[in-house]
Amino acid sequence: MNFPEELKYTKEHEWVRLKGNTATVGITDWAQEQLGDVVFVELPEEGEGVEKGDTFGVVESTKSVSDLYLPISGTVVEVNDPLLDAPEIINDDCYGEGWMIRIEMSDKSDLSDLMNAEEYEAYIKEGE
Amino acid sequence: MNKTPLYEMHKQLGAKMVDFGGWEMPVSYSGILKEHQAVRTQAGLFDVSHMGEIWVEGPDAEKYLQYLTCNDLSQAEDGQCQYNILMNEKGGAVDDIIVNKIDSHTFLVCVNASNTQKDWDWFQKYAAHFKVKIASKSEDYALIALQGPRAEKILQNFVSEDLSKLKTFHFRPDVIASPSERGNSPSALGGSFKAKVLISRTGYTGEDGFEIYCSPSEASFIWQKLLEYGTPLGLLPCGLGARDTLRLEMAYPLYGHELSDEIGPLEADLGWVVKINKGNFIGKEALLGKKEKGIEQKRVGLLMIDKAIARADYPLFWGEEKVGWMASGTYSPSLDKNIGCGYVRSDLARIGNSISVEIRGKKKLARIVSTPFYKK
Repeated sequence: MNFPEELKYTKEHEWVRLKGNTATVGITDWAQEQLGDVVFVELPEEGEGVEKGDTFGVVESTKSVSDLYLPISGTVVEVNDPLLDAPEIINDDCYGEGWMIRIEMSDKSDLSDLMNAEEYEAYIKEGE
Repeated sequence: MNKTPLYEMHKQLGAKMVDFGGWEMPVSYSGILKEHQAVRTQAGLFDVSHMGEIWVEGPDAEKYLQYLTCNDLSQAEDGQCQYNILMNEKGGAVDDIIVNKIDSHTFLVCVNASNTQKDWDWFQKYAAHFKVKIASKSEDYALIALQGPRAEKILQNFVSEDLSKLKTFHFRPDVIASPSERGNSPSALGGSFKAKVLISRTGYTGEDGFEIYCSPSEASFIWQKLLEYGTPLGLLPCGLGARDTLRLEMAYPLYGHELSDEIGPLEADLGWVVKINKGNFIGKEALLGKKEKGIEQKRVGLLMIDKAIARADYPLFWGEEKVGWMASGTYSPSLDKNIGCGYVRSDLARIGNSISVEIRGKKKLARIVSTPFYKK
């Protein structure tokens, strides 16, 4: 199981990549493994204002529907459209081509309760 | 949770396990899509030992089962398997079952895992009125399903019967299963192993296949041997995830979704299972009443037109009017489309009609299509 060091993680099994004021969000290796084959993903519209803690879409496997939660507030500036036709990319490359949305952050203090890779790995072990 | 005799096999294979009605069962091993594809093109191996078995014997065995069910067992020949429905007085379903007729005095009934206790209670309730001996045998059987175009070739390695002579929906009760059959080269595992099994040419996938009833102590060996013979031919172990996508592509009902105590064969588009003139049976009056008055809701096959997956319990709309609900829905790997079965107001149950599914507050378009969804 892979948890890149440079990323931040949430309790809902999303990862966040920070670059300046922009955050890229996706789901972790643990999440995609738990889901199994991803067959459908629903993402927000570009330009949408979003609040931390809200859901921003769903990711579905044949057997389940999982909500996707916003780790931070801001505006959705980019959505990974290719995922809509090829959701399996999330299984194949969850940290790379499987990124879901990019947010222009409105409140940097939101970042304070994100976990680092080590903390996230411990969090998963706790749950098992 | 309950464990089947093949639990250790699943753990060894690294299966993802899930709680299915109190049973710890494999949902998948190598991925649902891959397993589904294997069954359609090569073969898949399923542990369905959680299902229940009831033996019915005696001079009134057929009469008793005829009373409990809506299909006509007198039309089944010895050695035939019949899909049937245990009926309640309201014309709803207690369970859907397979009845294996050894002869008119001897039947092996296979029931759904979720209804094992319920069905046994039901059987006991009525047995007192007939010259019949019933026995709950679920603990005495493991059940392995081998499904797919290569199933016969794989199983033939292992059994004495000429499987090419076993017709679909027929069974043989005392088949010898042994690695030394059919002149195979001896393998490291138990060359002296010999088991007597019941093999039926039945399944829940829409492919050719077999269901093997064996004793719990023999199950692991049979499972491993079939994997040994079958892996070079593309056989994969398959879990409940693929079992569901396969059956839904065929629009086969799943009790608790397409059938229930309230939803019987007429609503469920299973009129062919009802032989109303066969004599008296539980629910006959109710069914006659429904046929005369018409039924309120009918099951239909739905194909999603908008990009979305409709799931069980999502409401169905005709314009702004709520007219039904989804019974089951998923992504279909073989069709690469989203499909499902739903119940709609009877007058709307016409192929070609547009029905909306409400998904997370938004209406998504679907169309009523003919079933099965998957056709060879």
